[in-house]
Amino acid sequence: MIQLKVNGESRSFEGDPQMPLLWYLRDKLELTGTKFGCGMALCGACTVHLNGRAVRSCSTPMSSVADKEIVTIEAISQNGLHPVQQKWIEFNVPQCGYCQTGQIMQAIALLKQKPKPTDQDIETGMAGNICRCGTYQRIRAAIKAAAGVTA
Amino acid sequence: MNSSITNVSRRGFIKGLVSSGALVLSVQLLPETLWADKGGTAVEAIPGSRVDAAALHPTAFVGIDGDGTVWIIAGRSEMGTTSRTSVPLILAEELDADWTKVKIEQAVGDAKYGDQDTDGSHSVRSFYDVMRESGATARLMLLRAAAQQWGVPESECTSDLHMIVHKKTNRRAGYGELAAKAAKQPVPKKEELKFKPKSARRYVGKGAKSYDLNEIVTGKAGYGMDVHMPAMLFASVEHPPVLGGKVKSYDEKAPLQVAGVKQTIPIQPFKPPHHFQPLGGVAVIADNTWAAFEGRKKLNVSWENGPHGEYNSEQYKKQLQETARKTGKVARNIGDVDAEFAKGGKVIEAEYYVPHLSHAQMEPPVALADYRDGKVEVWAPSQSPQGAQETIGQVLGIPKENVLVHVPLLGGGFGRKSKPDFAAEAALLSKATGKPVKVVWSREDDIHFGFYHAVAAMYMKASVDGKGKPTAWLQRSVFPSIDSTFANDVHYGSAGELGLGWTDLPFDLPNHRVENGQADHHVRIGWFRSVANIYHAFAAHSFADELAHNAGRDPVEYLLDLLGPARIVDVKASAPEYDNYGTPPADYPLDTARMRRVVEIAAEKSGWGKKKLGKGAGMGIAVHRSFLTYVASVVEVEVDDKGEVKIPAVHTALDAGLVVNPEATRSQFEGAAVMGASLVRTGSITAKDGAIEQSNFHDYPVARMKDAPYHTSVYIVDSEAPPAGVGEPGLPPFAPAMCNAIFQATGKRVRELPLANTSLTA
Repeated sequence: MIQLKVNGESRSFEGDPQMPLLWYLRDKLELTGTKFGCGMALCGACTVHLNGRAVRSCSTPMSSVADKEIVTIEAISQNGLHPVQQKWIEFNVPQCGYCQTGQIMQAIALLKQKPKPTDQDIETGMAGNICRCGTYQRIRAAIKAAAGVTA
Repeated sequence: MNSSITNVSRRGFIKGLVSSGALVLSVQLLPETLWADKGGTAVEAIPGSRVDAAALHPTAFVGIDGDGTVWIIAGRSEMGTTSRTSVPLILAEELDADWTKVKIEQAVGDAKYGDQDTDGSHSVRSFYDVMRESGATARLMLLRAAAQQWGVPESECTSDLHMIVHKKTNRRAGYGELAAKAAKQPVPKKEELKFKPKSARRYVGKGAKSYDLNEIVTGKAGYGMDVHMPAMLFASVEHPPVLGGKVKSYDEKAPLQVAGVKQTIPIQPFKPPHHFQPLGGVAVIADNTWAAFEGRKKLNVSWENGPHGEYNSEQYKKQLQETARKTGKVARNIGDVDAEFAKGGKVIEAEYYVPHLSHAQMEPPVALADYRDGKVEVWAPSQSPQGAQETIGQVLGIPKENVLVHVPLLGGGFGRKSKPDFAAEAALLSKATGKPVKVVWSREDDIHFGFYHAVAAMYMKASVDGKGKPTAWLQRSVFPSIDSTFANDVHYGSAGELGLGWTDLPFDLPNHRVENGQADHHVRIGWFRSVANIYHAFAAHSFADELAHNAGRDPVEYLLDLLGPARIVDVKASAPEYDNYGTPPADYPLDTARMRRVVEIAAEKSGWGKKKLGKGAGMGIAVHRSFLTYVASVVEVEVDDKGEVKIPAVHTALDAGLVVNPEATRSQFEGAAVMGASLVRTGSITAKDGAIEQSNFHDYPVARMKDAPYHTSVYIVDSEAPPAGVGEPGLPPFAPAMCNAIFQATGKRVRELPLANTSLTA
C-alpha cells in the first residue's frame, strides 16, 4: 500500500505500483484538471507539483510517490485565483485550453525558482510544455506580467 | 438566405434548458447550399423536438428566464477558436442583452440546429444572420410586451442593456420580468426587425473573452477526456497498423493477467470506403485507462495487412513527382499556355513537395458511450456531432435519432475530430459490454491512425517577359483526395480541394492553366486546418517569390504587380467547377483590391525594405485568400552558421470582413503562425510498408516555445463586408512566407517540406 497526500488530503493506493500518477489522479480521484497528452513526458499537459517541484505525472509511477505531497491544478490556490491564473485570464492565453493547466503548473514552479525570469529562463523553463494551438507568446507575456517583469 | 422564425415556447422542447413559461425562439435558415449538401432531403427531427420539414436547416435558439438569465445555445463545437463565445455574442448584441447575464448551453447533435460541422471557418459566417435575427426578434417581443403593459406606443420604447425603457414616463422593465408576457406576443415578421447601427454595438467588433476561460485555467473545464460516469469501463483499441488490415489471431487470455483488465473484444474491420467507420482491431476493456493500455501490450495480434501494405512514402513521393511532370486534368484555363511556352522565351520551372501531416491536437481522440435498449448516449469531443450520430447509427444498425451526442470541450481539433471513428468505437464497445465505456486513444494511436493531411507534389512553369512578369503560368498539383473517404475508385482531387488556393489563384495572367494529376490513397486522408490551401499556397507563393528574385525585383513590388490592378476576379468563368467556399460570388467576390491592401499593410508594418537586417536575416512575404479571408504575412527569420532558424517576428494583415471578436481573431492568427512553423520545420508523417513510422512528439515534433515565432503582430482591416473565416486562413501564407525569408537570408530555396530535409549550411 502506498500512502501519499494529494491536495492536502491523505490517500492510500493499493493498485499496480507501476501505474502512473496521472491515471490515479484522473481515473481514481477524478481530478481531471491534470491532462493526458502523450504518456511519455514529452508534452507537459500532465504537470503536477510533487513536493513543490513540477513533474510529469504521466511518467511518474505510483511507487515513486510514496509519502510525497502532490498538488494539482485543482488546489494550486487556496483562495481565489493564483496570480499566474489571473494573468492567464488577463492575457487571454488559452485557445482550446487543454494544455493550459499543465502550462500554469509549470509556470508557477518556474517562478518559484526564477522570480524574475528572462526570456531565456522562460524558454528553458517552459520547453517541456507543448501548446498545439500555439499560445506561446501569450504564455510568455503572462509569465512576465505575473513576475512583474516588463515585456 | 431564407429564414423564418416561430414561437415555440408552448411546445416545451429543449427540456431543462429554460424554465417553463420562458420565451423560447427558434430560428430556421434555409441556405441553398445546405439543401444541396443534404441531397435535397429534409432531416427528420428527433422525438420530443418540433417536427418540421424545415428542421434540416440551421437554427439557433435563445431563451429568457424569469430571473433575467438569457440562455443562448452554442450549436458549434468549441475547439479553441472561441466560436462558442463569439457566435452567441452576435445574438446578445441584437437582443441588447447584458453579457454577464448570458449563459451558454452547448447543443447536442441535432439537425434542428442546422449545420454543426465545426469546420471550414464558417461558424460566424453561416450563423451571423441567424443569430442577429434571433436576438432582434426576442428584443422586439420584449419591447412590445412592455409597450402593451404600459399602454404606450411601441415606437416610444427602446431597449437598454437587458431592460425595455419608456423615456417619456421614465419607466423601465427588465427582460426577466417581461419574458413571460413577451412569450405571448406573436412572433414578428423578419421585415419588422430592426438591427443596431454600427455605432450602437456593444459586443460585435469589440469581442469578449472566452466564456470558458475561468474554468479552463482552474482545471474545471470539461473536455471529452474528462467525462466520467459511475461504473464506466475504460477501453484501449489495438488497430490494424495498415489501413484495411485484419486480425488473423491474438491472445485473448494474456491481457487478463493485467490487474484491472476485464475482457478483450474484437472490432470488425470496415468495408471500403472507410468513411468514418472504426478501423477494426481488438479492444481491451479495463477498470482504468492504464490497465487497458497495459493489457494491449499482451495482445500479440497477428495481422493480415492487405493491399495498402505496399505503401512506402519514399516511393510514393517519386510517383507523385513524376505524375506532376505530366499533363493532368485541366481545372482552370485562360488563354493558351502551350502556345506561349512554344514561343521560346525565358521559361522557369520549379517543383514543390509537402508531406503528410498529423493534426496532433493535444487531446487524443476519446469518447464515452452508454448503450441501453437500442439507444446510445455519447459524450464525444466531436467537430461533427451530427456526423457522429450518423456514423454511430450505421455502425450499430440503429436509427441516428437513437444516438444522442453531447459535445464537451475539445482539446483541439484542427479537423481530426470532424471524423467520429473513435466515438463509434465507444458505442460499439458499450453495446458489447452492456456498460458505459470510455475509449481513450494514446498519443501513439493518434499519430498512427489519423486522417492525414494529404501528401502533395506540385509542378510550376512560367514564361516571363523582359520585366520578369509571367506571360504564361502553368500549375499542377497531385495529391490523394479526401473524397477517398467516401467512395472507392477516387483517383483525382475534387473541385472542392482544387478550389482551395489553386483554381482561385488571383494573379493577373494572360495565359493560365491549372491542372491536377492522378493519385490514389493508401492511408486515410482528411481535412487538416486550411486543408489543400497548405500545399497549394506553398507552391504558388514560393514560385511567385522565385520569379521575383529571378527578375531581380523586390518581392512585394513584384507581388503587387502579379496581383494586378484592383478588380473582381471571376474565377468561375475559367474554372467552371469553382465553388467559392460554397458562397455566391456576389456576396463574397474575389477582390484583388482587398488582397493588395493586406499586402501593403503587412509590408508597411513589418518595415519591409526599410528595416536593417543583420547577417543571416531575411524577410519573406506571401498573400493568400482562403475561407474568403485575405491574409498577407511577412515572416522574418535569422539563420545561424549551423543552419538553425529563428523567427523573431511575424506581421500578418488580414481582411476577414466584419470581425466579431478581434482578440480571439488575433489569437487564431498567432496560433496559425506557430502551426505554420511546426509544419515548415518538422511536419512529416511517412509510411513504411503501409504503417505510419512516427508515433509521438519525439519523432513527430511540433513547435515548442523556442521554435515558434517570438512575436506575431496581427492587423485586422476594419470592414463591414460580410464576415469570413478566421480559424484557418492564417496558416496557408505562413510556410511560403517563411521559406521566402529563408531564401532571402541564405540564398537556399526550400521547395520541399519539412525544412529538416534541406541543409541551410554551405
